[in-house]
Amino acid sequence: MQTGTDLSQQTLWMIAVRDNRDRNAFAALFDYFAPRLKGFIMRSGASAHQAEEIVQDVMLAIWRRADSFDPHRAQVSAWVYQIARNRQTDIARKENRPMPEELKEDPGAEPDASQILAIEQEAGQLKQALARLNTEQREIIEKAYLGELTHQEISTRTGLPLGTIKSRIRLGLQRLRHELKDLKQ
Amino acid sequence: MRAITHHPSDAMLASYVSGNLPHVFAVVVASHVSLCAQCRVTLQAHQSVGGAVLETSGPVAVSAGLKTDLLSQLDAPFPKAPVYVQSGVFPAPVVEAMKGRSPRWKSLGMGVRQDILMADADGSVRLIYIPSGQAVPDHGHNGLELTLVLQGSFSDATGRFGVGDLEIADDQIEHTPVADKGDACICLAATDARLRFLSLVPRLLQPLFRI
Repeated sequence: MQTGTDLSQQTLWMIAVRDNRDRNAFAALFDYFAPRLKGFIMRSGASAHQAEEIVQDVMLAIWRRADSFDPHRAQVSAWVYQIARNRQTDIARKENRPMPEELKEDPGAEPDASQILAIEQEAGQLKQALARLNTEQREIIEKAYLGELTHQEISTRTGLPLGTIKSRIRLGLQRLRHELKDLKQ
Repeated sequence: MRAITHHPSDAMLASYVSGNLPHVFAVVVASHVSLCAQCRVTLQAHQSVGGAVLETSGPVAVSAGLKTDLLSQLDAPFPKAPVYVQSGVFPAPVVEAMKGRSPRWKSLGMGVRQDILMADADGSVRLIYIPSGQAVPDHGHNGLELTLVLQGSFSDATGRFGVGDLEIADDQIEHTPVADKGDACICLAATDARLRFLSLVPRLLQPLFRI
């Protein structure tokens, strides 16, 4: 696809891996995500050794399942996050986590750089919003997304920061919602 | 097509994304999202928050050999994960739970049928077939019950539920869903505890049918 210079490096690397099986791009993704994944996984209590095994699994899944990455829907880290959480729960249960049916791309559809950019900008705003939370709020959000809170606990404990953060991403996603509606009919 | 009006709560979608929602409920939520564009978008929003947490939670250096090790594995052959797609009224996660087979209905009497897709100590998920105008035996819950309509519709004290609608019932609710006129109602239902039937006969049958 046309590589707009405004897109983030991670997105460009991921597209190069998906479309061209680009190993250098994959190595760059590794350098960015592997230490973050390790830190993230260790926060849920895994040892450094266990965490590295999962990092390896997740990075391999990124390489093997690259064709399901769609930058129109979510930023690279959102896709990586879901793979990592699924991997962690699959290991615990020894059973695949049920996921929604994947939407098929219209084969003739051209990539829409403005949509990809909008998704990335929102992801950037989201990171800034996270950085502005106080320590306690940040910890609750982290716990929720590490899978340490039940839905009852999330609804009673994280209502406020979750709402604030999500409202930032809702706006731009409206457009995506309309597209998805068209696709379903 | 009628719009979907009953959705999982935001907190439920967040716990689904994070992997905390028990497996039997995850099957139902994944099925709902397969049918519901609005919840698919909300799910993606939660994944984006998860991604932002992942990116900002503080990196820890990995061992020196990890990268070389990984790069050497990129060409290794690997089994392709099966991709499940919707089949008739059954969304992909249901087809996956049935492992690609067709439903195996067992009669519960009065034309009501069920197919238990999975059941263990953590709960169960099943398909339920209710003929039009028929009621599901009166039951309360010890825990949470999620019911997703896949065909037809049903009504109970809390409202009317059509295709794609998700009913969330907790132990506060004793309800009698009745299938509406028209097509027979087919639902996907998950519980994390056995249902408590209020009348004696279904209660005696309970161990037999695992409902």
